[in-house]
Formats: sequence, structure tokens, C-alpha cells
Amino acid sequence: MYWNNHIEKLDREAMTELQSNSLKSLVERVYTQVPSYRQKFQAAGLLPEDIQGIGDIGKLPFTTKQDLRDNYPYGLFALPMSEIVRIHASSGTTGKPTVVGYTKRDLNMWAEVMARALTAVGVTNKSFIQNAYGYGLFTGALGVHYGAELVGGSLIPTSVGNTARQITLMKDFGTSVLACTPSYALHIAETMREEGVDCRDLPLSVGIFGAEPWSEQMRLEIERQLDIKAYDIYGLSEIIGPGVACECTAQDGMHINEDHFYPEIINPVTGEILPDGEQGELVITTLTKEGLPLIRYRTRDLTVLNRETCTCGRTLVRMNKVMGRSDDMLIIGGVNVFPSQVESVLLDLGMAPHYQLVVERIDNLDKLTILVEITEEVFTDEVRGLETLEYKLQKKMSELLGISSKVKLVSNKTIERSEGKAKRVIDKRKI
Amino acid sequence: MNIIQQISTFVENRPGAFQEILQVIQANNINIKALSIADTADFGILRFIVTNPDNLGQVLRESGFIVKRTPVLAITIGDKPGNLLTYVNKLSESDINIEYVYAFTTAVENVAKVVMKVDDVERAISTLTNDKEIKECLQANDDVDFYW
Repeated sequence: MYWNNHIEKLDREAMTELQSNSLKSLVERVYTQVPSYRQKFQAAGLLPEDIQGIGDIGKLPFTTKQDLRDNYPYGLFALPMSEIVRIHASSGTTGKPTVVGYTKRDLNMWAEVMARALTAVGVTNKSFIQNAYGYGLFTGALGVHYGAELVGGSLIPTSVGNTARQITLMKDFGTSVLACTPSYALHIAETMREEGVDCRDLPLSVGIFGAEPWSEQMRLEIERQLDIKAYDIYGLSEIIGPGVACECTAQDGMHINEDHFYPEIINPVTGEILPDGEQGELVITTLTKEGLPLIRYRTRDLTVLNRETCTCGRTLVRMNKVMGRSDDMLIIGGVNVFPSQVESVLLDLGMAPHYQLVVERIDNLDKLTILVEITEEVFTDEVRGLETLEYKLQKKMSELLGISSKVKLVSNKTIERSEGKAKRVIDKRKI
Repeated sequence: MNIIQQISTFVENRPGAFQEILQVIQANNINIKALSIADTADFGILRFIVTNPDNLGQVLRESGFIVKRTPVLAITIGDKPGNLLTYVNKLSESDINIEYVYAFTTAVENVAKVVMKVDDVERAISTLTNDKEIKECLQANDDVDFYW
């Protein structure tokens, strides 16, 4: 099932032409309307007419989160505030929040790409969609909200939290689709077990999860625990939140809505564009956005692009599950380490994905300690059992990460969790 | 001699961790009959014997602690040299492994009370129950409540 049959199956040549036209008009718009972009272009010796098509995109300078902060709150908006009908902002955990303004057309486009995403995972006007993303400044909930309404399903705006009530509503309202962060989905599954609710008695069949990176093992875990198909959806608050890309039922990469969001993969260190199939940082240009258009925005998310036609029939380019962030990436003793690798080891060994990496520098050597929360499933009353577990974890981690580490078991629920996003890394090194 | 349920919980090896658990137990007015701590550099395992193990398990779990219920042997023997060895001899002969033990003597009753975790608790109890030598070590009133 396709929401937009024409675009989702467009051949490459026609897509390139569409993207080229959008890019030319975008460059013209930001050059004339956003002083900060004009200055950047001039500094690079660029005029709008230097961009003749999508093939010229590499000539344009990158935009970063820092640019958004420097122009806080409205400096990068391309239209007067009278055209802006909604304002979202990021949580600002790593500095000033980033502020994104939407015009009416932006919101319609967002609903359209979300409708494509929901349709691709089987949502129809007969579905009951429980939306357990947090409603508010955070973009997750409203993205799902308007997309689901456009498809015509029955939307249940529960927002995040009050898990016992979420489960009651699932039963009473006949929820068939759950939308939330993957870690919250696991939390719901845990709570169901505690309350003796068997997920097989519920009509829930599809989950659409995003807003944080999650591994393939975590997908299997969620699918097993909730007895559903779990799909990954990608987005970031600086662009539109969820709906930039989403998996289809093939579960073989997320289709990027590339008529609106042009993707490139670059080497995060040199900025050089990498060919399809190579892992690097995802860069997105918002081809059609009006309120806050972004040129070559550095997402910091690491992934791989695949332009082959999918078994579902869509020609839209696919991106792999995000394998980490270029700024979350730790370099420990010269080796690149991603928290997501640790997560996959834990899930492989039947542990919960609750962990924290602590990096210290002792006598000029980097030391990695991995704190892992104990769970009732693996706890034993024998010291030998727990020491064997620590040893097994440590061995697996070393094999996968390529550096030695110390695994330390800690009490359950002691690693700090914020709403859906856990603090994964503590770097105590003073370099 | 019988099989009783021991409640164990995970505790981090840091100041205050033990205290937090005891506070929960105290707040629920639960009396600890026997207790042992196994410690490593990073963590410890607390093992409790109480009169109502299910209640303790539930109370700890509700306070967010990890809980495990384990069947262990509860033995009351005469407080005499060599009595414990007799038990251990029997278990060794039957190739039953003892994982850990904690024991107390009580001066008033002149008995020793032993909590023993073995790898096969059912086989251990049947091995010991029908043994003549063990009967001699047993205090006449072995049937009394183990819980002190």
C-alpha cells in the first residue's frame, strides 16, 4: 500500500529532475531572504546561479546545530513570523534549544510524509493508533498525530507516561498500532508482564518507533515481547521530527522522503561526500521547507544509503538504521566506540539495554568501564554466577569493541533515564 | 531438617547500599531471622531467612530491588564437635555440591542452625533423611520451627 503512489515509485531520472528544480528554488529563497545564508554563500564565493541542479549540491556550505544556536531564536527563518503557524523546539540538553518554525504548507508536507510512513507499515483508516510520544515542544507526538489523522485512522493521543493507563486503554480501545520511543515500548512490555497482561490478548499488531537509535536486536526483543511487527521511523527536530524516513513492511532500510529531504553521506571528519553503501554522517537538505529551510544540515547521525529499488516497490532511497552519532562516538585508546555496540551485546545475552559507559584516563591510558544494570532474569544468589556473567559480558564487549573494558554490574534502575533518552556516556577524561 | 525459601537480593558495594535495603525491611516491620552477605569488589549478594519469604520478596521488589527466591536446606543439629562434618560427609559421598553455608549456634537450646545451599536440594534431603548417622547428630527436637 502506498500513500503517494506517484512519488514513492518515481523513477530516478524524474526524481533527480524534481530535486534539482526544488534545490534551485530553495537556494534562491535562502539567498534573498536569510542574511546568514547570504553571508555564508558570499564567503564561499557562491551565487544562486552557480547551483544548476542537485549535482551541484556539494558546492554549498554545511549548516550545523551551532548555526541554529547562533541565530536563536528566529534568525534563520526564511519567512516573516506572520507566515509561521507553529513553533517547535528541541530540549536543549546540549546547549541552547534549537527552534523550528513551520508554515501552513510545512505542516501539510509533514502530515503528508507521515501519512506515507504510516501507510508503509500497514496503517489504514481502520487502525487505532495509540500515540505515546510526548506531546509538547518535542516534535514526535504531533508528527504522528497529523499523519494518522490524514490517513484517517482513529488516533488516541495518550502522550508518554502513566504506563498502567496506557495498557488499560490498549485493551479497552482496541489499539492496533503503537507509536513511541523504542525504550518506552520495552518499558510498556515490562509493565505488562508485571501486571500479568498477556500481549497476545491485545489486538496490537504494529509498532512505529523512533526518536532514539535502537539496534536490530532491540527490534527482535520488542517484537518478541509485544508480539508485534516493530518499524523504525527516522527524523530530527531540526528538520521535522519523525517522517524524514520510515521503514516499509520489508524492514530493510528506511525510505527517505527524498522529494522533500535530500540525503547525502559524508565523512564526518573531512566533509567529503561518500558513495552509496559507505557508512558516514547523514546530511539533509530540506528541499521544500518554507519556515526554516536548512541547506546541507549535518545530522551527526551515522548511516548508509541504498538506492536500489526495494522489494516493496518503492524507489525512494533507503537509509539503514542509525548506527550511532558522529558526536556520540567515543575514541578510546584510538578505537572508535559506539554505545549502540554495547547495547547489542547486552540484548544478545538476554540483558536489558540499560547501561552507561564511563571513560577515564589513568596514567595516560584510556580505561573504559561499562556499567550494566542487573535484571531479575540474570540475577542469582551465587557469587560465582554473577562473576561468570560479568566475565562473559566483558569478553563479548572486548571482542566487539576491539578494546578491553571492565564490566561492572549495578543495581537495577540506577542508571539515569530521561524521557526516552538515557545518558549513555560519561567521559571523565581531561584531554 | 527441611527445605525453606531464602530471599536474596543484589546490593552494590558502596556506602549506604546495605542501609537502603534494611530501611525498607524495617519500614515493613519484617524481622530478619538469619542473614549472610557474599561480597566481591563491585557488589554483594544479601541472603535473608525470614518467617514469610514471599512477603519479603514482594516488599523488596516493590521498592525496586532485584529479588530471587532459592530453596535451601535448613538444618538444626546438636551443638557437638564433628556433627556438621557428618552432614558434609554424606553429601560429598552422594556427589552433591555445597554452594555456600551459613550457621549459628544458640546457647540456650544447645543447637546449631545451618543454612545450606546445595546444587540438588531434593536429592540432598532424601540422602540425609534416611541416614542412621545423621539421626544421631540430630537434636531430638529437630522438628521445632527453624526460625529461631
